[in-house]
Parts: sequence; structure tokens; C-alpha cells
Amino acid sequence: MSGADPTRRGGSDGAPPSPPLSRADMRRRRSRSIAIAVSLAVMVLIFYAVTIVKLGPQVLVRPI
Amino acid sequence: MTTLTDTLTPPPAALGGAGEVRDYFALLKPRVMSLVVFTALVGMLVTPSGVHPVLAAASLLMIAIGAGASGCLNMWWDADIDAVMTRTRTRPIPAGRITGGEAFSFGTALSIGSVLALGLIANWLAAGLLAFTILFYVVLYSMGLKRLTAQNIVIGGAAGALPPVIGQAAVTGTVHLDTIVLFLIIFVWTPPHFWALALVKSGEYGRAGIPMLPNVAGPDSTRRQILAYTLLLVPLALSPVWLGFGGLAYLVVGAISGAGMLALAVKVFVRRTGDAGNRAAMELFGFSILYLLLLFATLLAEHAFGLFRAVPWVFA
Repeated sequence: MSGADPTRRGGSDGAPPSPPLSRADMRRRRSRSIAIAVSLAVMVLIFYAVTIVKLGPQVLVRPI
Repeated sequence: MTTLTDTLTPPPAALGGAGEVRDYFALLKPRVMSLVVFTALVGMLVTPSGVHPVLAAASLLMIAIGAGASGCLNMWWDADIDAVMTRTRTRPIPAGRITGGEAFSFGTALSIGSVLALGLIANWLAAGLLAFTILFYVVLYSMGLKRLTAQNIVIGGAAGALPPVIGQAAVTGTVHLDTIVLFLIIFVWTPPHFWALALVKSGEYGRAGIPMLPNVAGPDSTRRQILAYTLLLVPLALSPVWLGFGGLAYLVVGAISGAGMLALAVKVFVRRTGDAGNRAAMELFGFSILYLLLLFATLLAEHAFGLFRAVPWVFA
């Protein structure tokens, strides 16, 4: 199996591949990925809380 | 000596992906964002709404993100100006840490996301006002007025004045006179605040090709207009008292700090040259921030912490 080298960018559309990512580039990419993950998790929590508040306690009182 | 390799190797940001998380955060203009949150919160509190705190907090977050997104798009558009001004040349785009394309994508995604989320969380009036504010600031102010007219920050100031209105619309679904007055206070406060800075930085604005009032009408005319706007601002800032949503504490704080604001505007008008002139302008610039902060903080304290005491002779 030939996997793409994660330290290289570009080169897929005929353009010459960019220089490999440095250790600093990889660290920045990792910190950005973590920030995106945290932001998404916070958004999920906000939308969950807003949904529960908008539904209100009456949502549990349903005819059987 | 510049070699062929140097010219062929793009700077890090030209490829993208070179920005730190803090660079993206800086694109949102966090200090402006904190002022937006603060004024929007006051707009939410001046009229009792009974809205759930979770919904209010989520709405406030979306207003903050929308404001940050407009700041990001402003930095994307103004990168050429930022690069020649000392105050802004270390921003992420002119410093080469983030590409224009990355900033544009980031700002656009946050703009659309914050407006849609505010519409779903609060209501579509608030979302519409947020969308209008972003478009006004980015398209009308940044892309249009800023480089065309000396009245740029007068008209553009409307974008910075809207957050209390959006905050109130988010929790009540309507817009009342209270927040229209808050809008007017920020709107009239903006010209003396920015022109005080522009008096000192007129050389930089001139090099960047921005027609700020001192460059176009001259420093004397700017000083006259600063004084005129301040004379309008101080009584306007006391109008919440006559309208009944500013109490005794607001009257005292507004009167004392208003007197200070007026005294500094007169000082700018009188001291026109040299270091004394620059110092007077920077004093007004710094105090104007404190003035607005005091006005809104007093309203916040009166309405959020039960400190409101009606002024006896007001029957609003």
C-alpha cells in the first residue's frame, strides 16, 4: 500500500511538490487541529444545551 | 545578494498552513470583540426580557463571533494598508504568518456560521442585524468609505454602534428606543475617539493613503469637529437618565466623566502644536475609551446587580 507522505504538500495536480513540512509546521498543524476539535466540541455542547432549553421541561410530559 | 533560489522559494505563508492558533485568534480583533460583547450585554440587560441565561449567553457568543469575523475580513481586505502602518504591520497577514486566502475563508465561514447560529438560537431579526453589521463593516466601510472619504469613520461607526441593538433584539425579538439611544451614544462617540488618534498618526495614515480628517481637512478643522462632536456627545450620553433606564449612579458617572471628556476635548482644541498637542490628543483618545466603558459599566451595574435608583425628578 502506498500512503501519501503527511509531511509533503501539493504535487497532486501536476504542480511540483512543496518542500516537506518541518517539525515546526507539523506542530502548528497539530495545534490547529486540536483547536478545531475543541471548537467543534464546544459548538456541539452549545447546540445541545440550547435545544434542551428551547424544548423545556414539558417535553418529558407526553401522553402514554 | 538575492539568488534565484531566494526568489523561487515562497515565504512560509504563501503556501498557507503557517499560522499558529493565536494568529487566527488575533484575526478576530479580540479587544474590539470584548467591547462588542460588553455593549451587546448592556443592550440585553436594559430591557427585562426573561430570556433563559443559556440562550442569552449563546446569543452573546454568536454576536462576538460575528464581530470577530468582520474584523478578520477587514484585516484580509486592508492587509496592504496594515503593512505600511507601524501600529498594524505585525498583524498576521502583513507579517506573513497567514495568507489572505486563509483569512478570507476563516472570516467568511465564521460570518455565515454566526449569523445562522444566532438565527436558530435567538431569532432572525437579531441574525439579520448581525448580518447587516458584518456587511456594513466589511463592504461599506472597509471596501468603500475607508479609502474614499474623510467621513469614513463617522459613517463606518454605525457598525461598531449596533451591538447593543443586536443584543436587545436577540433577547426581546424587537428593538426599543433604549438601545437606539445606546447606538447613538457609540455612534457620536466614535469620531472624537478616532480623530484624536488620527491627529497624532496623520503621517502614517497619509503614507497608507487613507483620507483621515486631519489629512484632508487639516488638524485645526479636526480639532473643531472633535469639540463639536464632544459637545453633542456629553448631553446625549445623559439621555438614558431622562428616558428612565439610566439611574442616579448613571447620572453621577455620566456627568463627571462627561465633564472630563469635554475638558480634554477643549484641551485638544487649545493645544495645537508640538508634543503638548500630541499629548492632549492621546489623553483624549485614552480617556474616551474609559468614558464609554464607565457609561456602559454603570448601566450594566444598575440593571444586572439591582443598583438602579431612579432619579427623583424624572418621570419617564
